[in-house]
Amino acid sequence: MRAWQRVSGFALPLLLLILWQALASAGVVQPMVLPSPLAVAERWWAALLPAQTYDPAQGSYLTWLFSGELPHDAAASLTRVLLGFLAGAIPALPLGLIMGASAGAYALFNPLIQILRPIPPIAFIPLAILWFGLGNPPAVFLIALGAFFPILMNTIAGVRSVDAIYLRAAQNLGAGRSTIFLRVMLPAAMPYILAGMRIGIGTAFIVVIVSEMIAVNNGLGYRILEAREFMWSDKIIAGMITIGLLGLSIDVGMNRLNTHLLRWHRSVEK
Amino acid sequence: MTEHISVRNLSKRFGENADAIAALQDINLEIAAGEFVCLLGPSGCGKSTLLNLIAGFIAPSAGSVRVDGHEVTAPGPDRGMVFQEYALFPWMTVEQNIGFGLVVKGLPRADISARVAQLLQLLKLTEFRARFPKDLSGGMRQRVAIARVLALDSPILLMDEPFGALDALTRRTLQDELLRLWSERRRTVVFVTHSIEEAIYLADRVVVMTYRPGTIKRDQHVALARPRDPAASDFNALKRELAALVSTEQERHMQSEQRGVTVD
Repeated sequence: MRAWQRVSGFALPLLLLILWQALASAGVVQPMVLPSPLAVAERWWAALLPAQTYDPAQGSYLTWLFSGELPHDAAASLTRVLLGFLAGAIPALPLGLIMGASAGAYALFNPLIQILRPIPPIAFIPLAILWFGLGNPPAVFLIALGAFFPILMNTIAGVRSVDAIYLRAAQNLGAGRSTIFLRVMLPAAMPYILAGMRIGIGTAFIVVIVSEMIAVNNGLGYRILEAREFMWSDKIIAGMITIGLLGLSIDVGMNRLNTHLLRWHRSVEK
Repeated sequence: MTEHISVRNLSKRFGENADAIAALQDINLEIAAGEFVCLLGPSGCGKSTLLNLIAGFIAPSAGSVRVDGHEVTAPGPDRGMVFQEYALFPWMTVEQNIGFGLVVKGLPRADISARVAQLLQLLKLTEFRARFPKDLSGGMRQRVAIARVLALDSPILLMDEPFGALDALTRRTLQDELLRLWSERRRTVVFVTHSIEEAIYLADRVVVMTYRPGTIKRDQHVALARPRDPAASDFNALKRELAALVSTEQERHMQSEQRGVTVD
């Protein structure tokens, strides 16, 4: 990639930002409808900083540094994403492996899964609250649901796409069923599984925001809804930007993991 | 010499009823321990099918394959296979690929690494041991595949056009290496090829097969002394003789293709 191509990718957001600031400064739009980027940045910065001044008696410096509203909300959201993602991935992975490898298991589970899969996790919100009450449990349930299906479907597809020649080679080398399963099918399906996890964590991110708007009283989704009550448009946008940044960093992390785990794969260049 | 591999009245049909293709028909073949046998014929003559039957990847429609008196019913490490498309596990390094059969066997870690190190040296792969297959040339990949099978120390080596995808120079180098390994270890080798020269260069016996149904047309003993010279007159006399046999089968293959018969 040439240098100017690298720069051009940042030029467009920057241009939009300048245009946005110009519109706001010129007073073309009301601040409540569209606050200026500077106001948003100010609000974001204020939420990021600790509310109290540093007091060593209250705890360590680090605890104080992350005691602001924004770090708390971000941590709450991230924890839910992580818990929900794990709760979805842990059953999806073995089930996907079994369904991909065994025609019998596929025939048994597939109809049920095809019926449940198109239902958006959001539609489960009323039931989730009835079943799990308010707070973290329904949120984690919904996120798990959102992460479960993409991981499951991709794992099935991954196992089914394993080239039969690897299975033949493994049998020829004396491998039994469990060895073939763990040391041949699982790694061969890994590119698909990781792609499914990436989609799954994206879905988890969507669901966490929605579930925080309903069932809990912290997290980025909750904060955005709260800001709406007070018509704090700048705070809404600050929350949105935080979600964007968190999502981006999770994706970058997943991408790194991908590149490392699939360093044997043809498509990954050194 | 004792009969090692014994193929009796072996037939293999693919498909059902009228659409069925007779890949192999009534094959009888006895291979002695330590023999180097090449199966030669045009594509579609069933030579790879015969190899897959010996390997136990597929089951016969009739007849049997016996190894040391035991009927073959499943693939196993006593009949190590080298595939044309290498079939290395791409997620394992060269070392891990070679050691796979030993890990499966449950050997102690130290024994595995000692054996792998020996094979790496034998096949000149030591400096590539930590690489993944995608970072190797075709010739090197096939070396790893051969090392992976040699690690099993199986009495029988099955090779399905192993050098078919390689350039001429790499091919000759690997043929010579294979002959060197064979003369050192004296394993039984069943080697599938469609190259007449390769068959004569390598084998004690060349089994020429007919095109569909696959039968044995000629079981030719190759008496030439090793190392063989492909430019020598007796080499070429034999080559001409076998070429005449193969080309009639090749013509039948072409004709049936023109008639629209599907070919594998």
